[in-house]
Amino acid sequence: MTAPQPVPAPNPLLSIRDLRTVFPTGAGVARAVDGLTLGVEPGETLGIVGESGSGKSVTALSILRLIRPPGRIEAGSSITFGGTDLATCDAESLRAIRGRRIGMVFQEPMTALNPVFTVGSQIAEVVRVHERTTRQAAWGRAVAMLEAVRIPASAERAHQYPHELSGGTRQRVMLAMALVMHPALLIADEPTTALDVTVQAQILALLAELQQSLGMAVLLITHDLAIIAAVASRVVVMYGGQAVEEAPVTELFAAAHHPYTEGLLRAVPRPRLPNSPAARLAEIPGSVPPATAWPAGCRFHDRCAFAWDRCRHEMPPLYAISATHASRCHLAAEPARRTAPAPTAGTPS
Amino acid sequence: MDASERPLVSVRDLHVRFPLSRGMFGATRGWVRAVDGVSFTVPRGETLALVGESGCGKTTAARALLRLIPATSGTVSFDGTDVLALRPEPLRRLRRRMQLVFQDPYSSLNPRRTVGDAIREGLLVHQLAAGSEADDRVRQALGEVGLRPEFALRYPYELSGGQRQRVGIARALAVGPEFVVCDEPVSALDVSVQAQIINLLQDLQRDHALTYLYIAHDLAIVAHVATRVAVMYFGRIVELGPAAAVFQHPLMPYTRALLAAVLSPDPAARRSHAVLPGESPSPATPMAGCPFHPRCPDPRKDAACTVTVPPLEEKSPGHFAACIKEPVVETTLPFGP
Repeated sequence: MTAPQPVPAPNPLLSIRDLRTVFPTGAGVARAVDGLTLGVEPGETLGIVGESGSGKSVTALSILRLIRPPGRIEAGSSITFGGTDLATCDAESLRAIRGRRIGMVFQEPMTALNPVFTVGSQIAEVVRVHERTTRQAAWGRAVAMLEAVRIPASAERAHQYPHELSGGTRQRVMLAMALVMHPALLIADEPTTALDVTVQAQILALLAELQQSLGMAVLLITHDLAIIAAVASRVVVMYGGQAVEEAPVTELFAAAHHPYTEGLLRAVPRPRLPNSPAARLAEIPGSVPPATAWPAGCRFHDRCAFAWDRCRHEMPPLYAISATHASRCHLAAEPARRTAPAPTAGTPS
Repeated sequence: MDASERPLVSVRDLHVRFPLSRGMFGATRGWVRAVDGVSFTVPRGETLALVGESGCGKTTAARALLRLIPATSGTVSFDGTDVLALRPEPLRRLRRRMQLVFQDPYSSLNPRRTVGDAIREGLLVHQLAAGSEADDRVRQALGEVGLRPEFALRYPYELSGGQRQRVGIARALAVGPEFVVCDEPVSALDVSVQAQIINLLQDLQRDHALTYLYIAHDLAIVAHVATRVAVMYFGRIVELGPAAAVFQHPLMPYTRALLAAVLSPDPAARRSHAVLPGESPSPATPMAGCPFHPRCPDPRKDAACTVTVPPLEEKSPGHFAACIKEPVVETTLPFGP
């Protein structure tokens, strides 16, 4: 590929280069993440947005090396964090980073918490795995962290079991567990998807506040563009296991380049007055193809209104649109095509 | 009132209670008031959205209305028929006219049966068609939801989430209903597919003069589909009115908080608004007074709020709210003009 690559982050905390994570299945090899390159700078919030099957969650699991065999990260992929390649390092180096320098929270706090231990003991356990310390000191750290995530009466709540807590409090406990070692990077995969909207607003506010006070970077993975708009500083849009667009958040929302990003932004129901004229939502025809059979050329071509021959045969590289904005779309090379769209790609099915 | 003016569906003082059992012998230790005196009407051709957070009773109310679970008390009238009093045979006949579209079309489709079988089943149960006539009806229903006829031979696992939801809608539609309860029909779908399904539901409503009860927690979508909105909290309706009025001039502090919590898909509109504290109470917890009082941010909140259960009162024409304080009319962003 000869086209210009996007400018890499100047001083990345985490640097992913050409990540390929594959899963053998009955229907063939699913190339869930297929050549992903991105960097996370210290202190920033990088949002990864994508639909189901885009590879966003597999990216998170790959960084933490939680890919279960027969799934694997292919040779040639690198995930550099503080001088260590997480894709290839030994188990001991991985343990020194995972849970300590990189914290993680997932969508469903109930499945991530152990039901037979109190939440205080589970947080204290994280401390004792990573540090030589007394039980008492670890417990004290756990209680302090529960207070930091704004759980009232934290000393008493530390003695409770996960089932005794509400969904929002459980997600706060997950945050406390992820942050008790003061990691430099927090990976949050759909952290508010299972929560009510009023509780989601609480957790997002808390996350922003903790990020400030702890000075950590956040890699936020979500399907929800409104969450990206609310908290991310930079955005990577994933489709078909690849980054298809990358830009600062305001630029992405104001001037998206990739037709997929444009379509997603148009499809989001915007808060509006009921029954006002433009009641019909913009659709993207079709659906995300399976990871076992990505289309040739551009992976979005059969859903794209602009697609022409080149898109069907030649995979677009990530074209640099500006110093901070990149798009995996041949329209960057042939912008005149945007003004003459082909007829839409056909009916939904 | 003549039949054309009468609301198609009319629910009066509906209660649904579940026994709360504790201990190994399962003695009943009280009741969960999942739905606690809910009343609303759905006029023909309109869409009433029942909105609220998890546990507020919106799904339970809809299922009791359809008699999929027993109501404890109250009345449900469908086109003049008392649904809760119907005997099995007339109830079976009535069910053809009231259908349900589920949130997760995957778990509501039998994985061992083809799409065509799933749609045909309703036709057979209601003795609407058989043999080649049923095949025609299946093809027609698939066409209406934008699927090609050969989808009749596919199995659910061969379909994408959006295609499965189209099958769920085709199955409901095939028997020719007048009233469709849509229970979070797009919340399991990807954004790009959500728009397809919302548009489809609106097209079908127009073409078949359908009446919808739309259950959802996503207020941005509700703003697109609803003509009327009922906000539920703790098993009760706390605000009810025309969609434009509820979204633009919410009267109840909870509705205002719910609207304020909707994130705008625009980084320029990033707001640092006050975040509503706490979480929705479980209907198993007894509570005196207004169920929202522990979380209520209204500065006029006082002792009366902890004692008096606020009735749902008409505060302006057609717009009801359950709050003992005089409503503050303010335009709520981002739903304002």
